[in-house]
Amino acid sequence: MSVQAQAWTGRSIERVEDAALLTGRGRYIDDLGVATGTLHAAILRSPHAHAKIKAVRTEAAAALPGVTAVITGADVVGLTTSLPVGVRAPIKCWPIAVDSARYVGEPVAVVVARDRYRAEDALDLIEVDYQLLPAVVDPHDALDAGAQRLYESLSSNVASDRRFRYGDPQAAFAEAAHRIGIDVHYPRNSCTPLETYGIIASYDPGEDAYDILSGFQGPFSIHSVIARALKVPGNRLRLRTPPDSGGSFGIKQGVFPYLVLMGVAARVAGRPVKWIEDRLEHLTGSVSATNRVTRLEAAVDRDGRVRALAWDQIEDVGAHIRAPEPATLYRMHGNLTGAYDIRHMSVRNRVVVTNKTPTGLNRGFGGPQVYYALERLMQRIALELKLDPIDVIRRNLVPANAFPYRTASGALLDSGNYQQALEAALRDGDLAGLQARRDAARREGRLYGIGFAAVVEPSVSNMGYITTALTPEERAKAGPKNGAQATATISLDPLGTVSAHIASVPQGQGHRTVLAQVIADELGLKPSDIVVVAEMDTARDGWSIASGNYSSRFAAAVCGAAQLAAARLKSKLARIAAAQLNVGAEEIEFADGKVRARRNPDNAAPFGRLAATSHWAPATQPSDVDQAIRETAFWTPPELTAPTEADEINSSLCHGFIFDMCGLEIDRVTGAVRIDKYVTMHDCGRVLHPGMVAGQITGGFAHALGAALYEEYAYAPDGSFLAGTFADYLVPTSMEVPAPLILHIETPSPFTPLGAKGVGEGNCMSTPVCLANAVADALGIADIGLPLTPAKLAAATQNAEPPPPARTAAAMPAGKRRALHGAGEARVAAPPKAVWNALLDTRILASIIPGCHDVEQVSATHFRADVTLGVGPVKGRYRAEVKLEDLVSPRSATLIGSAVGALGSAVGKGSVRLAGDAAGTTIISYDYDAEIGGKAAAVGGRLLDGAARIVIRQFFEALARRVAGISKPAWRLWLERLLAQLGRRP
Amino acid sequence: MPRLSASDRCSVRFLLNGRSVAAEAEPRMLLTDFLRHSLGLTGTHVGCEHGVCGACTVQIDGKPARACLTLAVQVDGANVRTVEDLAPEPGRLSVLQEAFRRHHALQCGFCTAGILMSLDAYLKTNPEPSEPALREYLSGHLCRCTGYVPIIAAALDAAKRLREATAHA
Repeated sequence: MSVQAQAWTGRSIERVEDAALLTGRGRYIDDLGVATGTLHAAILRSPHAHAKIKAVRTEAAAALPGVTAVITGADVVGLTTSLPVGVRAPIKCWPIAVDSARYVGEPVAVVVARDRYRAEDALDLIEVDYQLLPAVVDPHDALDAGAQRLYESLSSNVASDRRFRYGDPQAAFAEAAHRIGIDVHYPRNSCTPLETYGIIASYDPGEDAYDILSGFQGPFSIHSVIARALKVPGNRLRLRTPPDSGGSFGIKQGVFPYLVLMGVAARVAGRPVKWIEDRLEHLTGSVSATNRVTRLEAAVDRDGRVRALAWDQIEDVGAHIRAPEPATLYRMHGNLTGAYDIRHMSVRNRVVVTNKTPTGLNRGFGGPQVYYALERLMQRIALELKLDPIDVIRRNLVPANAFPYRTASGALLDSGNYQQALEAALRDGDLAGLQARRDAARREGRLYGIGFAAVVEPSVSNMGYITTALTPEERAKAGPKNGAQATATISLDPLGTVSAHIASVPQGQGHRTVLAQVIADELGLKPSDIVVVAEMDTARDGWSIASGNYSSRFAAAVCGAAQLAAARLKSKLARIAAAQLNVGAEEIEFADGKVRARRNPDNAAPFGRLAATSHWAPATQPSDVDQAIRETAFWTPPELTAPTEADEINSSLCHGFIFDMCGLEIDRVTGAVRIDKYVTMHDCGRVLHPGMVAGQITGGFAHALGAALYEEYAYAPDGSFLAGTFADYLVPTSMEVPAPLILHIETPSPFTPLGAKGVGEGNCMSTPVCLANAVADALGIADIGLPLTPAKLAAATQNAEPPPPARTAAAMPAGKRRALHGAGEARVAAPPKAVWNALLDTRILASIIPGCHDVEQVSATHFRADVTLGVGPVKGRYRAEVKLEDLVSPRSATLIGSAVGALGSAVGKGSVRLAGDAAGTTIISYDYDAEIGGKAAAVGGRLLDGAARIVIRQFFEALARRVAGISKPAWRLWLERLLAQLGRRP
Repeated sequence: MPRLSASDRCSVRFLLNGRSVAAEAEPRMLLTDFLRHSLGLTGTHVGCEHGVCGACTVQIDGKPARACLTLAVQVDGANVRTVEDLAPEPGRLSVLQEAFRRHHALQCGFCTAGILMSLDAYLKTNPEPSEPALREYLSGHLCRCTGYVPIIAAALDAAKRLREATAHA
């Protein structure tokens, strides 16, 4: 590499992406123009976690003006095949509920209409008959032989069960002085990009071909999955991406089932179809990281040296095994020994299905689950053996002279000096200072703790690691899978300027800027001379199955491929220049926008002029140059081989190292965590753009902080989803995220062209467990589970809370679902008999129940109502059944009711008492208890309680107006209201 | 407040980025959809449609407001400003926008328009904000890419430069 080649790479230049994004000129998918006649889709989703679908009645929806088509599971089965499943199991995976709904939020029908508002209107008119089935929510329960099965074709809810053995773990455990273990329940969460899913799909019946534009981020191995599902050859499925993306963090891999669904919608509707997911859909039904139950044991010597590990992991992938799952479990398979030199290991991996949203890629992908167990265990080892946790880490780290180091389960750690990184972090992060702060805080009786975590951050996934989920025999049958093809194309136009195209599908990471730096260095130009096109089109661009934006592969793999393409072009240009400048090709250098003779810089040509030669005067090229117009380079590292017979797998190419330490304080009263100091040391090989690396670290840290302290995709025991809005799924804000101290050492990767490694996911692996270790240190407790919410920590620091005050009304059976209760009073200016009669009159009820469309009287004491209710952002139509009991006219009644709608269900009981006074006024007192399930339960108690109070108040206000006004003309009512407002009575 | 019928389209006249606009909207149409799809100003983004994430923040009569919680018909007669109005001219950025670019205070850029609109309004009335005050003020915006650290740095830097520009003027 020449001196000039160092000029741009490694500098924090301003991003070329930013000017457009800062001025509102971004081109995200919902900003793009669509073909005339494009229709809009909305999706009806299951309110139940587990139910048989007995009937879907779509006639009324289809008849609504503006509606073109309503698509159900039957249509999808007719036009597609099941999505392939990543394990050998006799189950189907459809992008829409077929016969059964298996999670809250699963699509049940799609309406295609002239605009989104109309499409959502039509959703209200679809009637679905569900037969509820017991929901399986906890992964442990899923193992139970007697548990409700999700798939009749599967003999249990265990979809895969594999055991692995590396070295001699049995002997190591038998010989070791100590056996120390830990149990972990890692919760579900998601990085929730601010932009949701979006798709514009069209189908050409003449060519039987689909053209689908979406924010899909890769890996493009999924292209084959989609093409197969849509029953077209690969060349008849054109996937494209928009120029800009509103973030992904892995999540937009999970859009792919919707690509199939919207492809079908476009085909049925005969027009292009656009669908933009809303936030409530995204939280409930897009995709999630896996939750995992882990038992991890270590065989440990007296000095804290770990001889062997025994992993038992139960991975909960939700209701379907969607490609590439169970990849979350196997992505880390080569790295189950973390940063440590541990030669013996046993592993048992089970994959279970439960009635929760299917899982997929999410920043960290398997790393958080593994390191939470491993690094919590390292702290436990130190505590139980009364050793310094830092000493236990030191004693076990892979030795600095051992690289490249082959781990017990097959990963080849490319480079590193973990000891140097650790000692630099302790020194520059000032561990001594942190310990002094802890001691001072503790002397004052405050709860202060210090935590550590050492992790290896894998990047550039081996496309073959997922086949470790299969047995060697199954793999042999399927044929080997491996590698990590990266590609880049560089072109010269007739004016001699440079364009580059990549298949890395950036989602906000500034790929265009960094590639311009790398290519500029290679060709002696400025980054501003290079235009990089990052949107992707499978019909036109170079790509392969590994293309896309995941496993932190950009800096290590894609930049390398771009440099290779630039180098090839440069070599040809050098030969053309040599002929023109009459020197040897080895004498040619590229610098300052010129191509010149190294020893006589005046003998030069402008780069642009030389670069145009192949267009204008190809006959002047030396005979060994075919063209110097366009070069496409593909690059795959030879180190990424398929799993061996012994199940050893080099699951990733690069391995960065992170050592984190933090000090935090827990408020004794509120249980809130305050991070005092956070230090994160990174070795990500060669740093290509320090500003962007800092951005990746700080952003990953914020995601990890959210996962550690606030966020959880929580489910009720009946499978209701409890985190359905951003008011319930708590994402950290600027108030919660402190600035971490970022430190670096650089040990370049010998396996990548530029020496770079991935850096985007490491803190999602290291930070949750580092914070948990600090909390455990502060509280002196062994078992802690994420998220570390104030309620959880307060329970650990204080006595148990007193029970809530007893309620007056009869309580519903022990609440499995979101409970709702309240009581109140209303006054109506009419005698009790008039109020009583009004309450039993369907005509009056229909006019005073808020959002009521119709009331039908089934019997004297049984009513059926059709109402639209909104709870916060969740608005939907419900069919309500109300039965009256214990009627004492005109004094009291008990109401027993239920409501079922697309957004959920409720059952409840209430009582109403009427009392008259001398002035002819009736005082109505009421109380109610209800349980809410389905999507409505996801909006949270605060909103539900408030909404219920408002609806009931509106009802009684309307009742008061109606009953008081039955015999009065309208003008009189108006006058009375006016006078009442003025504080007078007529 | 006038009573509107759900089935009617209503005329909405207002000032948008300094120019008067007249258009029609159904009463239920959100201001976000109206700005983006009826008027073609796609710089205002939709992140949650329930008022938590702040991506859709615009200025209504000079004050930051959630466009996703505002109906189009509500801005009749108002002065609305969106991110498209921040740059002094095409090809140039405002002091605040430049600070964001310099500090890498955006990655995917999806939350950025809302944050800029909030900060633009805030710095006008609070030219010398403290870091804690900025952190609290910006807590009404969610960003999933940056971890907020560079956003705070950019806002402090922009405030300083704006003060210097005022002092020199």
